[in-house]
Amino acid sequence: MNLPLFQLICFYAFAFVTVAAALSVITLKNSVHAVLALVLTFFSAACLWLLLEAEFLALALVVVYVGAVMVLFLFVVMMLDIDQERLREGFVKFLPIGLLVAIVMLAEMLGLIGVRAMQARVMGADPAMAAGRPNIEWLGHALFTRFLLPFEIAALILTVGIVAAVALTLRERRDARYESASQQVKVDPRKRVRIVKMAAARPDEPTAPQEPQP
Amino acid sequence: MISLAHYIVLGAVLFCIAVAGMFINRKNVIVLLMSVELMLLAVNMNFVAFSRFLGDVAGQVFVFFILTVAAAEAAVGLAILVLLFRTRNTINIADIDSMKG
Repeated sequence: MNLPLFQLICFYAFAFVTVAAALSVITLKNSVHAVLALVLTFFSAACLWLLLEAEFLALALVVVYVGAVMVLFLFVVMMLDIDQERLREGFVKFLPIGLLVAIVMLAEMLGLIGVRAMQARVMGADPAMAAGRPNIEWLGHALFTRFLLPFEIAALILTVGIVAAVALTLRERRDARYESASQQVKVDPRKRVRIVKMAAARPDEPTAPQEPQP
Repeated sequence: MISLAHYIVLGAVLFCIAVAGMFINRKNVIVLLMSVELMLLAVNMNFVAFSRFLGDVAGQVFVFFILTVAAAEAAVGLAILVLLFRTRNTINIADIDSMKG
């Protein structure tokens, strides 16, 4: 079997899995199953990107999305005690309009794309290989020269994201007792112990209360 | 032979599935967030395909940034979701109407 035909078969197989998994994301009743279907969608999309010889992005999609973001989704879905039935209200009611909007939009997009014109553009040689280096080197060279400032800004956005997520979910319990380390360090011994000087004296005998004489 | 049209059509199909998901799951915030992720995936698919077929590296660099921002977005969105569930004890959009919007 020649290579282009094999690539085409692979494309159709992965594209079928991607679309089927995406459809099950929006139709499955159980949220945990929906997240798992989304994992499958991302994974087969990564395989499609491998067919395009975008190796770095395909692996980044698996590591960042499947490994981190989807696990975060699973965490939240499993942590929250959700009433699944109430969330399904209106599913059947909005199904026709949802399908209508999606199909009209798809028809418009396909008309706009002009499938016949695009089919003329077949996959040629890998541009990275044409430049004489692998994909990751091609991408990294652009990232650290032309796109250095956006790269730094992306790092800043991630930092802000971490701080925001922690600040939003951090809570202090009212009923727990904490010790404040800074207060403990700052304490002044003279304020804790007071030495009182007083003359040695024998305590007086308790005097009986003077009764008022009539 | 794989052509550019294959990938563009696949991206369009994924995007429309995500739009339909937003319409039919309008009560469940988690599925709405997942639909947003699907939309971003459709856009990324177009970027990678154009980058490959036009031989321009900028498309793949942009996908890299989209992945970064989407990760931050998911983290903050889920944090808000957890906070919402903790204070209101629901994630049903129909119940979140205290701002009378």
